[in-house]
Amino acid sequence: MGSGNGQMLNLTLKVWRQKNGKAKGSFETHQVSGISTDMSFLEMFDVLNEKLIHEGKEPIAFDHDCREGICGMCSMYINGRPHGPKGGITTCQLHMRSFKNGDTIIVEPWRSAAFPVIKDLVVDRSAFDRIIASGGYVSVNTGNAKDANNILIPKTAADAAFDAAACIGCGACVAACKNASAMLFVSAKVSQLALLPQGQVERKERVLKMVSQMDEEGFGNCTNTGACEAECPKGISLENIARMNREFLGAELTTAKK
Amino acid sequence: MASSPKLDAKIPEGPLAEKWTKYRSTVPLVNPANKRSLEVIVVGSGLAGGSAAATLAEMGYKVKVFCFQDSARRAHSIAAQGGINAAKNYQNDGDSTYRLFYDTIKGGDYRAREANVHRLAEVSGNIIDQCVAQGVPLAREYGGLLSNRSFGGTQVQRTFYAAGQTGQQLLLGAYSALSRQVGYGSVEMFARHEMLDVVTIDGRARGIIARNLVTGELEKHFGHAVLLCTGGYGNVFYLSTNAMGSNVTAAWKAHKKGAFFGNPCFTQIHPTCIPVSGDHQSKLTLMSESLRNDGRIWVPLKKDDNRKPNEIPEEERDYYLERRYPAFGNLVPRDVASRAAKERCDAGYGVGASKMAVYLDFAANTDRYGKTEANKQGIHNPTKEQIRELGKAVVKEKYGNLFDMYQQITGENPYEVPMRIYPAVHYTMGGLWVDYNLMTTVPGLYALGEANFSDHGANRLGASALMQGLADGYFVIPYTIGVYLSTEVTRMSAEKAKSDSIDKLKTNHPEFEKALSEVKGQIEKFFSIKGTKSVESFHKRLGKIMWDKCGMARNRKGLEEAITEIRALREEFWKDVRVLGDANEFNPDLEKAGRVADFLELGELMCLDALKREESCGGHFREEHQTEEGEAKRDDDNFAYVAAWEFKNVGDWELNKEELKFENIKIAQRSYK
Ligand SMILES: Cc1cc2nc3c(=O)[nH]c(=O)nc-3n(C[C@H](O)[C@H](O)[C@H](O)COP(=O)(O)OP(=O)(O)OC[C@H]3O[C@@H](n4cnc5c(N)ncnc54)[C@H](O)[C@@H]3O)c2cc1C
Ligand code: SF4
Ligand code: FES
Repeated sequence: MGSGNGQMLNLTLKVWRQKNGKAKGSFETHQVSGISTDMSFLEMFDVLNEKLIHEGKEPIAFDHDCREGICGMCSMYINGRPHGPKGGITTCQLHMRSFKNGDTIIVEPWRSAAFPVIKDLVVDRSAFDRIIASGGYVSVNTGNAKDANNILIPKTAADAAFDAAACIGCGACVAACKNASAMLFVSAKVSQLALLPQGQVERKERVLKMVSQMDEEGFGNCTNTGACEAECPKGISLENIARMNREFLGAELTTAKK
Repeated sequence: MASSPKLDAKIPEGPLAEKWTKYRSTVPLVNPANKRSLEVIVVGSGLAGGSAAATLAEMGYKVKVFCFQDSARRAHSIAAQGGINAAKNYQNDGDSTYRLFYDTIKGGDYRAREANVHRLAEVSGNIIDQCVAQGVPLAREYGGLLSNRSFGGTQVQRTFYAAGQTGQQLLLGAYSALSRQVGYGSVEMFARHEMLDVVTIDGRARGIIARNLVTGELEKHFGHAVLLCTGGYGNVFYLSTNAMGSNVTAAWKAHKKGAFFGNPCFTQIHPTCIPVSGDHQSKLTLMSESLRNDGRIWVPLKKDDNRKPNEIPEEERDYYLERRYPAFGNLVPRDVASRAAKERCDAGYGVGASKMAVYLDFAANTDRYGKTEANKQGIHNPTKEQIRELGKAVVKEKYGNLFDMYQQITGENPYEVPMRIYPAVHYTMGGLWVDYNLMTTVPGLYALGEANFSDHGANRLGASALMQGLADGYFVIPYTIGVYLSTEVTRMSAEKAKSDSIDKLKTNHPEFEKALSEVKGQIEKFFSIKGTKSVESFHKRLGKIMWDKCGMARNRKGLEEAITEIRALREEFWKDVRVLGDANEFNPDLEKAGRVADFLELGELMCLDALKREESCGGHFREEHQTEEGEAKRDDDNFAYVAAWEFKNVGDWELNKEELKFENIKIAQRSYK
């Protein structure tokens, strides 16, 4: 193991190609050879794209930026699993040492009505931004804050809030779910703020608004299959969904309907 | 030396410690009704752009925000790992505004502006307050108070953090504030949009041309002021720790429209990154500086020692940083640590397959933590294994995500074997020249965050970029923009009766059409070349020239060669690049073509700047100028200035100097021994 000792792989790739949101897509098959096991999955795509450009064919569009598992931009559905065969990582963190010589790999975009395809493997996840804009914040203007150490937060609460806040907004949870539910994503933000003293004032209003926006965006219902948690690269736990359900019920019961 | 008359830094009068407070309370204000009619364009949604946009919208301005990622939350700030500095003195270890100011000036090797840096230190505490109020889960102690760690170049613990994901948490805080304003309708958000030019009218910034990356449409956007918060340009080196999309285009287009470029050659090479593993490498991954708190850096004492690290006994290891710099040890500033690693590897002591790496070893500290933990848990006479396991758990809590990342990339387990690390391009201290108000040499055009040159001199201290980005956005620009916008209010009311005033014409002004057709021209040009080589291949070649000749060590001969080579490469690019697909669709290859075209011009300016600066300072190491011990040798008599380059033509610049005056700090040879 270790770098510099990479073996070489020859692979068959079946990749989803779709000109734009309106066009009909289909799979395209490509052979790639000389892929080092030290490469990342996206570097393997770089090699393929170089080859396509060389042949005068349009390269495959895919989303990526940080290539270290934190921006949440990369989003490939690989052999039927969001972010590929290994748990706990993003597409860009997947390395070719997870594959064998001769493998056939099928690569598709996230599939969900709320995430329409833009081109090839690129989808529109702006629904997530609209959900956050509906209430995923603490209403504090710049300059209103008091000294940071005036708010004491038990380490356990701070750590739990941090775990929920680690969500990168990639959408794998939606892609993994047969109902295309966004519950894991939404509940992570609801939980983070519900766990902290700063989030208390708007606690009820927040969960109601965010859930309502989530429904409006056309995400499906949660039927507790747990597929989202299994595929989440950041280990966001189902407990968050349970917490959000409690928060939501509590808020609905105690908030007067207008 | 006197400053060029073209550069007025607008530093307020008065004693250093009072400048900002006084200035802040006397800057012209814009009344709420007028704010509603003023439009501000913010390009970039990272810490600088996100915080500026949210705050300006809260104040009542009409704000438009642009970013090229699919969401504002994905700006490159998200990747920052280790922490953010603030002079809170929560640890009661003697920290103060002055000490943070002093460390930053010294760390920057006396090439930053005193007044700006002092202001940065003054507002640093407010940043932490603001972020905590937003619900940013910074690390805490058991008593519920905020926790701190140490970073390089300082002897106090002033770094706040959220595991190894500090940038993510701070950015999500700014993003939530921004999203709130988007929800209120006070900010209009344009994700997947790339700014491709600044529009100037009568020498003032009046808006931008942006490309909708989904449809390919070119759009005109008007603003009374334009803020560039577009990050750094480290990707000119091809391989860097920056995100793949990070680029110089926004700053470069502004430069070509009259904004001077400050200290372009000041690049930070970060000492602790995962080494290159092969030709396929597309980017490099940082291992946060915070690891140097607990990791010890070493190489074998013997040349070409091929034993496994764990087989090399203690007495046969060279902890070269501790040896050379006993006072700061593993916590010397980045430039010093990087050069020391290069020196050892060049001398033949490097490790790993490529021999271009050194060890970062956690064993000693893991055991130390393990012992403390055993005591805490009341375990008497713990076994060696028990201690290791307990220690590992502590290390995991502090750096778990970094260790996982390392293992993903290298296939090695850093809890068991030391990490292999090597320096990599990480940050650019250079950027658009700005005055005290953060305004460039183009009136109405501002630069914030990593995009400006301002606070870090020739070397940035760790955990200070996040601080600067948020300081600029939350606490500086909201005040200083009023200086300019209040004059806009006066102008608007004077031109009220004019039927063809800028405010009525907005994007119908002919200058917008002109800028748009120029952008269109460039895009058409790319497709018309129909050459044989990919954009990527040109980027790679440029990166190699930059790294070999304008990297960690530079010399006259190499820089002169680099300039010739870059010019030739640029010419070849415009003759032989191949860009496929269409302009009117989502086309990542076309986006990249534009970015590489700009890097090909910037690269030359960086080499020129490095050539003209006949001294060594911070990250700029000219081999001709070093002390006998191999340390950087400054020339304060001749080079205590900011080099602000004025664009004349492609490959043709004029140098303007802003003299740096040190009135509060005694300028001295930097020593970390
Ligand atoms: C791996 C890594 C770790 C780091 N760790 C630390 C740390 O621990 N502590 C620390 O202090 N600093 C750290 N830094 C440095 C710090 O993260 C950056 O300097 C800082 O976040 C830059 O913030 P910014 O707001 O200036 O720019 P960015 O966050 O880079 O944002 C740039 C924005 O501009 C947009 N943009 C750019 N060009 C265009 C265009 N033409 N059109 C439209 N939009 C455009 C982008 O979409 C993006 O929204 C780290 C850097 C790296 C690479
Ligand atoms: S919850 Fe997990 S899978 Fe869903 S968006 Fe967040 S990080 Fe991605
Ligand atoms: S590219 Fe950023 S998470 Fe994969």
